[in-house]
Amino acid sequence: MKHFISKPFITGITLLGLLLVLVGCGLQTSPVADPKGPIAILERDLLYTAFFIMLIVVIPVYFMVFWFIWRYRAKGGTGEYKPDWHKSSIIEVVVWSIPAAIIITLGYLVWTYSYKLDPYKKIATPENTINVQVVAQDWKWLFIYPELGIASVNELAFPVDKAISLQLTSDTVMNSFLIPALGGQIYAMAGMTSQLNLQANETGRFRGRNTQYSGDGFSMQFFDAVAMTQEEFDEWVANAKSQPKPLSTVTYGQLAQPTIGHDVEYFSWVKLGLYEEILKKYARRPETTLRRHPPATTQPACEGDTPC
Amino acid sequence: MLGRLGFDSLPFYSAVAFSGASVTVLGGLVVFLLVTYFGKWRYFWNEWLTSLDHKRIGIMYIALALVMLVRGFVDALMMRSQQAIALNNDGYLAPEHFDQVFSSHGTIMIFFMAMPFLTGLINIVVPQQLGARDVAFPFMNSISLWLTASGAALVMVSLVIGKFSTAGWTGYPPYSGAEYSPGVGVDYWIWALLVSGVGSTMTGINFVVTIIKCRAPKMRLMQMPLFTWTTLCTSLLMSFAFPALTVVAAMLGLDRILGFHFFTNDAGGNMMNYANLIWIWGHPEVYILILPAFGVFSEVTATFSQKRLFGYRSLVYATAVITILSFTVWLHHFFTMGSSPNVNAVFGIATMIIAVPTGVKIFDWVFTMYKGRIIFHPAMLFTIGFLITFVLGGVSGVLLAIPPADFLMHNSTFLVAHFHNVLIPGAVFGYFAGFQYWFPKATGFTLDRAWGVRTFWFWIIGFYLAFMPLYALGFMGMSRRMERYEMAEWQPFLILAAVGALSVLIGIFCQGMQLYVSIRDREKNKDITGDPYNARTLEWQTSSPPAEYNFAKVPDVQDIDAFWDMKQRGVAYAPAQDYEDIHLPRNTGIGVFLGGLGFLIGFAVTWYIWWLVALGFLGVLACLITRSSQDHTYEIIPAAEIEAHEKARIKALEAHKPTPGDFWS
Repeated sequence: MKHFISKPFITGITLLGLLLVLVGCGLQTSPVADPKGPIAILERDLLYTAFFIMLIVVIPVYFMVFWFIWRYRAKGGTGEYKPDWHKSSIIEVVVWSIPAAIIITLGYLVWTYSYKLDPYKKIATPENTINVQVVAQDWKWLFIYPELGIASVNELAFPVDKAISLQLTSDTVMNSFLIPALGGQIYAMAGMTSQLNLQANETGRFRGRNTQYSGDGFSMQFFDAVAMTQEEFDEWVANAKSQPKPLSTVTYGQLAQPTIGHDVEYFSWVKLGLYEEILKKYARRPETTLRRHPPATTQPACEGDTPC
Repeated sequence: MLGRLGFDSLPFYSAVAFSGASVTVLGGLVVFLLVTYFGKWRYFWNEWLTSLDHKRIGIMYIALALVMLVRGFVDALMMRSQQAIALNNDGYLAPEHFDQVFSSHGTIMIFFMAMPFLTGLINIVVPQQLGARDVAFPFMNSISLWLTASGAALVMVSLVIGKFSTAGWTGYPPYSGAEYSPGVGVDYWIWALLVSGVGSTMTGINFVVTIIKCRAPKMRLMQMPLFTWTTLCTSLLMSFAFPALTVVAAMLGLDRILGFHFFTNDAGGNMMNYANLIWIWGHPEVYILILPAFGVFSEVTATFSQKRLFGYRSLVYATAVITILSFTVWLHHFFTMGSSPNVNAVFGIATMIIAVPTGVKIFDWVFTMYKGRIIFHPAMLFTIGFLITFVLGGVSGVLLAIPPADFLMHNSTFLVAHFHNVLIPGAVFGYFAGFQYWFPKATGFTLDRAWGVRTFWFWIIGFYLAFMPLYALGFMGMSRRMERYEMAEWQPFLILAAVGALSVLIGIFCQGMQLYVSIRDREKNKDITGDPYNARTLEWQTSSPPAEYNFAKVPDVQDIDAFWDMKQRGVAYAPAQDYEDIHLPRNTGIGVFLGGLGFLIGFAVTWYIWWLVALGFLGVLACLITRSSQDHTYEIIPAAEIEAHEKARIKALEAHKPTPGDFWS
């Protein structure tokens, strides 16, 4: 019997060790292990803290399992055999109270950090915050900058020294917005607004994506969050403003059509209240019939203050 | 006339769909022809399909589970190989196929592999552990089996006629609504769940009543074997959680077919209600899957440590606590939905509290091995593999229970790794351990050990290779369900994961070989004593396989490990004097018909063939009327026949005296 346990067992353990090393190498530079924003750093540290606290239980379990199966193996084991030994108050107290103590500690962390890292909580003063309205579409992300009057598709640019405050909704099925390097994740759902507040500590391009499966183009529904210096950001804004295309109700309707792997695109002007319009589309309207997107042709091409 | 059904529903539109359909059709055809060739239809119908014997129903459940395990694993293999190659290209699976594959993988593994597997083990073992002759409601048991099988058949048929859902195993709207998924896929999924869900609810009710009412008269609750305890808790969960699934699937069906607005984007629908309802079923479901496996581990650890279970009361209370808490944590599946911090924190903490009784259980098993005599039977190897692997899954589960940490990991492959890390060791290894352990009880011969050991090593190595890289990929920002990807640094990890899947494939091959070799050598491996492992609980007192009535005399239970105690007192095989007639349920085909009608109704609604739906319900009514007007649903086994059978057994036992230690010497 012994050879069943020893050889493959050791091979197994070695393989496991090698695997862990490999995993460790890949992780070092990963966006979650090496985050670029204060929120993500806190979230990662919380993850690590909890992990290390749990090792208090995990390590003894491993130690005991391997020790016991070696010592008490039927063939060749040297431990004594007590077939009727089945209770010990001391062990019972220990095995209930230590996990309980760990969970109380972790529970305290959960409570405090749930408030501290509430995605709705603003993380900077209004003048140090860029507001962005995010619309999930099939299969791309639209970012509207209401104060600047511009919009972009699949590129979220912001100055590195400012916080970004996102309002999110969906003009299609449920999406989930995540930039792993900056932390936080929130669902975007039609007819509803959710919020997410993030910040970057350094400049760079960080991959963000929809993580909630949404159909054929789901795998290609990613974007870059670009943290830049204030000068670069001003240039980026100027460049967007010089683009030929405005985002009116009509062009929005065209944009909202399903596309896969949509290129980065900029809009020089955004219709006032477009985001609210998208929200209202899904407001309670009993007379509404099922349809995927409101036909753009029934809408007037230009309204009120539109310079089209 | 045929609703949405037409020639374009046949899978001639793509090679992948066509090959899937061909394999399904050919497989079915081969089974059909083989049974016809050997002229076994009458045998199968009389002895198996119409049987109300809980042991045969259990074996049929497990046969279904094994077939569906292979089907679900083929899906897994397709996903792993697709992701191994799909860096910046579409691989060999178009999104439409890949999305069906991950949806059917989850659906099949949860509903049609895990559920039948655990229900099968429960069916075979629990009545015997109770010293009972059958379940409380044998006819309902048969209906449960056939409804589960017809749900599985609906999923299989979707391979051949039409397409399966692309909405994942949880089918979140509005994506799964009529607006975004207009085809038949989601309808197949809904009706597979509805039909089999009714079966699971009835199984739950059946075993709650069986355990409460059918125990050997002297067996107190706190003397029940641990597997029976976990079955009681699982059955309670099934009875209370599955109705939520039935309701939510029906609501989604109403949205889709009659244009309701429960979960639509507009007109007052709210998809958040769906997320709540499905997880109010879905979280208890995880414990429905895991608790019976915990029961198996308890039995296996005690038997193969040749020692009484450590901390029996702790284990029972821990199980009960898990059962209750499992209803209080569902919101942790959507911390990212924008709930306020106090809502998230409450559910996060509730989730973590479950780790305490679970941790206690782990320690109790570890201390059962302490001062034991550990025998490395394949069932025990799976148990040890579970202990060391499940701990990791528990750790990643607690990490995900911290809302702010979950924000980083939600919907990522870290999550995929977590729930496989919980369900493969925690549930599947448990079922495999139970399969290895109770196989001789169900069939009368033991399984080949060498192939069992190989199975274990390929499965566990495959598991680590397949899922440790997914933990890492979660850190690297990879989402679940990606048919292709653009990050080159992910690929090595995905290739490694595919290698892991190959190792599991070899593991499954070893399982097939084990079955083949064991059946081939069945005469040599005959279990004459009925107690091949010197075990502790009552099911080992019966012969292997047990007589139709299990126990000729109701056992006299005096201790927790009733059979062990009897062996100690030397009364385990004491011949009885006064045998009595035994009443047993007579076989009936109505369960099979009801299952068939369930399939027909599900299929007809999926394809909008309304006259067939009406016909199906009429058939159900006819079956129920027929059954309720039958007078002779029981048959009597005369005392003389029982006496002859028991005497023959005692004679055989004397020729082959059960000697403790026989098995491993």
